[in-house]
Formats: sequence, structure tokens, C-alpha cells
Amino acid sequence: MVLRTESICKSFGSLEVARDISIELPQGARYALIGPNGAGKTTFINLITGQLRPNSGRILLDGQDITATGTAERVRRGLTRTFQINTLFPDLTPLESVTLVVCEREKKAGQFWRSLASHREAIEESHAILSQLGLAEVAMKPTRQLAYGQQRLVEIALALATRPKVLLLDEPAAGVPKDESAMLFEVVASLPRDIAVLFIEHDMEIVFSFASQVIVLVAGGVLLQATPDEVKEDPRVREVYLGRGHG
Amino acid sequence: MLQSQVSTPAMQPVAWIRRRNRWTIFEVLFWLATLLPFCFFPAYLNLASQIAITALFALSVDLVLGYAGIVTLGHAMFFGLGAFTVGILSSRYGWGEPISGLFLAALVAGLAGFASSFLIVRVQHLALIMVTLGLGLLTFELGNALSWLTGGTDGLTGISTWNIFGYFRFDLWGYTAYSYSLIVLFLCFLLCRVIVNSSFGLALRGIRENVKRMPAIGSDYRWHLRVVYTISAAIAGVAGALLTQTTNTVTLEVLSFQRSADVVVMLILGGTGRLYGAIVGAVIFLIARDQLAGINPQYWFLWIGLLLMFVVMFMPKGILGGLARLVRREE
Repeated sequence: MVLRTESICKSFGSLEVARDISIELPQGARYALIGPNGAGKTTFINLITGQLRPNSGRILLDGQDITATGTAERVRRGLTRTFQINTLFPDLTPLESVTLVVCEREKKAGQFWRSLASHREAIEESHAILSQLGLAEVAMKPTRQLAYGQQRLVEIALALATRPKVLLLDEPAAGVPKDESAMLFEVVASLPRDIAVLFIEHDMEIVFSFASQVIVLVAGGVLLQATPDEVKEDPRVREVYLGRGHG
Repeated sequence: MLQSQVSTPAMQPVAWIRRRNRWTIFEVLFWLATLLPFCFFPAYLNLASQIAITALFALSVDLVLGYAGIVTLGHAMFFGLGAFTVGILSSRYGWGEPISGLFLAALVAGLAGFASSFLIVRVQHLALIMVTLGLGLLTFELGNALSWLTGGTDGLTGISTWNIFGYFRFDLWGYTAYSYSLIVLFLCFLLCRVIVNSSFGLALRGIRENVKRMPAIGSDYRWHLRVVYTISAAIAGVAGALLTQTTNTVTLEVLSFQRSADVVVMLILGGTGRLYGAIVGAVIFLIARDQLAGINPQYWFLWIGLLLMFVVMFMPKGILGGLARLVRREE
């Protein structure tokens, strides 16, 4: 298992936002995390990546306990996330943004005496990542000028540049029109097979066509983990989730 | 070389980044223009020297405020530390050699910057402004309390700066003072230019643009902030040292809140995050003060206030930002 959580619990006062969550992500996983609004999906991602600390439970990356490790260090060890709401560098170009990530990864970002242009490999790697995601055309425009769908791709590009072993995608297609969101998930599907991916998504069609396993989260706890077909047929899921008019 | 304004998709990424950092004709002209006072305004060389020193101070603040997004209202503490370092060295210990004085001032201010940076990186927004303000006021009061060392409200007397390289004497008209200040300004500017065009400079812009994303891309951004704060403090210290050396006096005014606040006004006037904005802001501010104070010594701040409001309303990116927009039709 690349990533394992053991009985993660978190509450804000009397509000339990994570109840005893234990999941396992094997190498190359394509898992979906679904659940009604307020089920604690984003909270769970925040717990795994270290923006929040659990009250109890453990998080293991490659068998090593990272529960007390800071967010940046988790990223350096290969656990990266994207954000539901664009969390980009608006005035930087995608090329600069991704180059920054590569420089941070290679521990070259602190070198204030070397010109950026001299980090040739970092710039070229960054450009290759952007080209792979179809962003070569806009790589040298300020990020804020990009179309919204392109900005969603920059979200993913920034995460990919950290060379993750585990990639947590928080609604990668949030706010993207339906026809474009399928395209975004083609990108997700074509990610290197050695990356374990856990994604949050509301569109059931997309979940069922891109996930090999689905984890259903309800009220901070795991209701069920199963294949898409089993989840589709499960009466409890229908009741708490599909029955409420989502999907 | 003129900077190309259109980025074609076909352009190689490395070449594109190199081109962005290339010297432009405007920069060359700008630095040539700094020589004009020698030919046309020889009576104002002492003022020009003051301007160069203040521009250097503004440059140091731009590094933290314009690039790293640290809003500070207490940077005079580093300016003052540098000024007092060379002042005390000369008046108490009889060492007036200017170049070593600059390095010592940078060292003292840089150490103070590094020490306070641990506090600075822990807070943001309003709390950050308050912490910098508080540290600045504390340093001022410390200088006041240590009057046996700093001369208190009277300031230090008996400072004498030796000839530069044992040869160039500081003359009454300010030829040496302006040449010296200008050269130090230019060298520090080159250093700042290297910094902002490095991968480190890119990381600083990343922090300014979206600090929340920085840990999520694996960045120890607080360390970056500590480094830039230390460098900035050291440069501010050099500026302070220059002021002492070129005027042979130092009073508590170098540590004052007014100085910290003025420099922020200059940056807003000139435009933040572009280095030249700091210099242009200092030039406009000090020339305006000189001219307006001549007309009306009491109310010159009124005009600065009006100018500031005009700039903020119509040129939110400062005078240089507004000019750049005209020249390049920036977005």
C-alpha cells in the first residue's frame, strides 16, 4: 500500500467531521471518493495532506508514519493534492509556476545567486508537463488570463510537477461544463500508472467510468468501499446519496 | 536590446524566460540619467546623494514588500542600525574607513533582520504590520534609552569618515558623496536584480501571489521569507551607513516611524515589485519635499498626500506601473 489511513478521527468541538476513517490506496489506484455535500470529503483530504491534524489515528505513506509531518514535507515525500477552488499564482505564467514547483522539488528554489534561465532542465521539464496537458499554447501567458478549464489543468500540472506517488484530486472538474469535464478526466486517466490517484467527484457517470474503486463517505465516516458496479447497486448508497438527487 | 512584448507560442521556453530578464534600453537610459546631476545640477549634488541613499532604502523595502508581500512599517530599524553602526564606530572607536563600515553595517542590520525574521514569518496581514511597527518603535526607544551609546536626542557627534580608498575626500559640494552613494546604490541594485530574476525570486513571487499554495507544492516558504528579510535588512543597513558617512551626523531620526512610513509611500508612488519603482518613488518624494518645503515649509505633506491619492486612484500599480502600461499596452 502506498497510502494508508488508520482510524482517522477529527472533530471541531462537538461536530465530528471524520469518524474512524481507514482506507488503503495501492500503487496505481484510481479511487473515487464520493458522498453528499458536507460528508467531509475535503476535510479528509485536508487531514491526509496535513492542513488539518487528526485527533487520533495514523497516516502512513510507504509504510512510514507521517501523521506529525508538515504539509510541505509530505509533498516532498510524494503526497500531493490539488484544490477544489483554484489555488494558483495568478500573475505568474503556467511556465513560471510549474518551473517553481520543479525548482522546489530539486531544492534549487533557494539559489538567489543563479538566474532562473540557468535552470534549463527545470524549465524544460515544466514545459514538457504543460505540453502533456495541452497547455503549451498558453504556457507563457499570465495564469489569470487563461480560460477556467485551462486553469483547472494548471492545478493538476502544479501537482504533477512534484512527482507524486499519491495524488489527491479535490473535484478536478469543479465548475467546468459537463462536456469539458470528461476531457479533464481523460487527462486524469492518462496519468502515469505508478501514481495512486484518489479523486473527489460529484458526477456519477464520470466516477463510474474512471474509478476502479469507490469510497462512499457519509457524515464523516466510510459507509462503503466497493467497485463502481457494487456501489451502483447498493441500496444504502442509493438512499443516502443518489436518492437525494445528486448525479 | 529591446524587450519583445509578444510571446509567441513557438518560442522556446528557456529563451522566453531569459528574454524576460534581459536588460532593456529603458534600464540603460535610466542609469545614464542618474549621471545628469553632475552636469546640470551641480548645486544639488548633496540632495542627489540623499535621494540615492533613500532610493537604496526603498529598494530594500521593495524586496520584502513588492516581491515577498511582507508589508512592513518598521524597516527604519535596519536603516538606523546601519547608520548607528558606522556612527558609533567612528565617534566612539575612531574607525572611519567607509567600505569596511558599509560591510559592518550590513552585518549588524542583517543579523538583526535574521533574528526578527523568526517573528515576522509567523504572522500575516494586519498582525504582520503591527509586529513590524512594534519592532520599529521598540528599536527607536532602545536607541533613546541607550543615550550613552547613541547620543540620545542630541545624536552622535564627532563622526569623521575617512577618504574612500584613502584617496577620495568627501567634499563640501557633494561630488564624492553622490558618486559614492550612486555606486553603492547601483551595486546593490545589481544584487537585487540578480535575486529577483533567480529561482529564489520566482519563489518570492509565488509567496506573494498565493502563500496558501506554497506548502502544497513542497515549499518551505518560511525559510525563503527569512532569507529575503535578512538580505533586505542588510541592504537597509548599508543605506543607513551611507547616510552617516555622507553627512557625518546621525540622530535618532534614522530609526523613526516617519522614515519607515515615508518609504512605503515612496514605493506606492513609484510602484512596488519592479525595483525601479523604489528609485522613482524616492526621486519624486524627495524632490517634491525639497521644492515644496521651499514654498511652504509647513504644509508640504498636503501635496504629497494629494499626489498619493491621485496615484492610488488612477495608477494602482504606481507611476512606473502606469507608464509601463502606456508603453507596452499591458493587460
